[in-house]
Amino acid sequence: MSAGDANPERMSVFSPRLAARFDALVKKYPVKRSALVPMLLYAQDEVGYLSDAVIAEVAARIGLTEIDVRSVASYYSMLRFKPAGKFNIQVCTNISCMLRGAYELYERFQDELGVGHKGVTPDGVFSLEEVECIGACCWAPAIQVNYDFHDDLTPDHVPGILKTYRGKAQGAEGTATRA
Amino acid sequence: MPKLVSHPDEVKIISRRFGQGATNIDRYLELGGYEAVKKCMAQGPDWIINEMKASNLRGRGGAGFSTGMKWSFVPKQSAKPKYVLVNGDESEPATCKDHLIFLHDPHAIIEGTIIAGLAIGAKMGFIYLRGEYRYLLEIMERAVADAYERGFLGKNIFGSGNEFEVITQSGAGAYEVGEESALMESLEGKRGVPRIKPPFPAVVGLYGGPTVINNAETIATVPHIIAMGAEAYSAVGTPRNGGTRLFGLSGHVERPGVYELPMGYNLKKMIYEVGGGVRGGRKLKAVVPGGSSTPVLLPEEIDVGMDFDQVGKIGSMLGSGGVVVIDDQTCIVEFALRTITFYQHESCGWCIPCREGTDWLKKSLTRFHAGFGVASDIDNIQYLAENMLGRTFCPLGDAAAMPTAAFVKKFRKEFEDHLDGKPCPFAKHVEMAVV
Repeated sequence: MSAGDANPERMSVFSPRLAARFDALVKKYPVKRSALVPMLLYAQDEVGYLSDAVIAEVAARIGLTEIDVRSVASYYSMLRFKPAGKFNIQVCTNISCMLRGAYELYERFQDELGVGHKGVTPDGVFSLEEVECIGACCWAPAIQVNYDFHDDLTPDHVPGILKTYRGKAQGAEGTATRA
Repeated sequence: MPKLVSHPDEVKIISRRFGQGATNIDRYLELGGYEAVKKCMAQGPDWIINEMKASNLRGRGGAGFSTGMKWSFVPKQSAKPKYVLVNGDESEPATCKDHLIFLHDPHAIIEGTIIAGLAIGAKMGFIYLRGEYRYLLEIMERAVADAYERGFLGKNIFGSGNEFEVITQSGAGAYEVGEESALMESLEGKRGVPRIKPPFPAVVGLYGGPTVINNAETIATVPHIIAMGAEAYSAVGTPRNGGTRLFGLSGHVERPGVYELPMGYNLKKMIYEVGGGVRGGRKLKAVVPGGSSTPVLLPEEIDVGMDFDQVGKIGSMLGSGGVVVIDDQTCIVEFALRTITFYQHESCGWCIPCREGTDWLKKSLTRFHAGFGVASDIDNIQYLAENMLGRTFCPLGDAAAMPTAAFVKKFRKEFEDHLDGKPCPFAKHVEMAVV
């Protein structure tokens, strides 16, 4: 059986929303495979990481082998094969940020969270990552929490940022419990 | 939200609509939007390409190649479909100009893409944004949807009978994908490894079809050139360097930000007048003039006009226009180490001189900065860097080697001060955790 024969509906880890997004995306391109890189990222956004099931489903939906999908996925730094925290804190320490105190900022995050590079807090709320340039050099030092930018920071901003996201995490859980 | 700055010396062409609400299509139209593309449809492809050539617009991604020339290389007849590819993978450290264009003026990107398509006879354009720019991708996607709804994109654009489709695309984290052939690989759903040239993309590009690849700033400039006229645009800059650029001032400068200044604007004036000088009244030690890959300049070298030719003449490059100001409290060995750490991390590993060279340079500089360097390391770093130059498919190897060689050459004394177990006089962060 080739990868293209798999029936995605039967084994789907995609939500209906993600599946619909994929179907729309894949139709746009002259070549189906062009959907691969963004699709991996969108699937990761939903599932949290590229699990075996996600890899298998993306491969089946595009008509590629799993090894081909893994080979591509391993190239891109935002794609991960292990879960991160609910909020992934990415601290840029590249030159423009470094000159304006990015390492002090990064150290403060490490101290507050008790984890290092690519570490996840025990409650799963946060993960921390030292990253390369995120394109916010003129507003340095800058970080991204998932996709949200925070710029012009000092280490004193760290507790407030963590508090905000911790609140969001609790809010989300509360909603889930009530539901 | 990134702060917008301004200075009286600015000439606002590309940034004219920043902060004006132009993400809204009606507002964009009010501000003169989509007039340039109509003019282009009336005038035809040869006229467009001639205007682009006459404007002296040179590629804003860093290489500085004439945009009009690039467009003219695309064959008129082609068995395969032709494509326009907008490079918004903006990843060169110290560069965040495209960030502002996507944020404030997404329709200028769409309009420029359509014009490029008309010029080369393409019916499809791709706008590729780095994966980290998700919120900007969403702004672009909304703008594209609005343009479709108005009939500015689709099977019959502006009722002209011409077809033009635009597809937005997200990357997923890779500096190397900013290189044009790696960008096409990524868009084809592959690892972003570069292709050997020739053939050049203008002949064999995306999906094997002739392809024009332009930086997002270049594309966003196109409608303004058409609107104001090539002659007027060209007159703003210096000879062979038309118009303005979005210069990004970062690092130890009093007023960092993205400023739109005429090509050829004096670098010293840019730092001291536009940027307000070195932060905290400190002394200037060095300047990286055009993104992290461009060779460092000493304070006595910065009385230079910021255009491709003048900066080239003094042995550096205008690059992406990202100016990094470095004060006298900074360790250049550490700065060099942080720079090479980046290139080592981003090397795709396809070409051995780059893969091995960046790794050895990082190892040497790490050891050196930690105080375990030996005298021969200094020449070895230089030797390694020089032997990477020109020996790779794409310019990433050069981008890593050039600044490293310049740091050693211009700050040799500071490297020597790290020898024999001497502690770094500035040391703060010896370990670099990025892996």
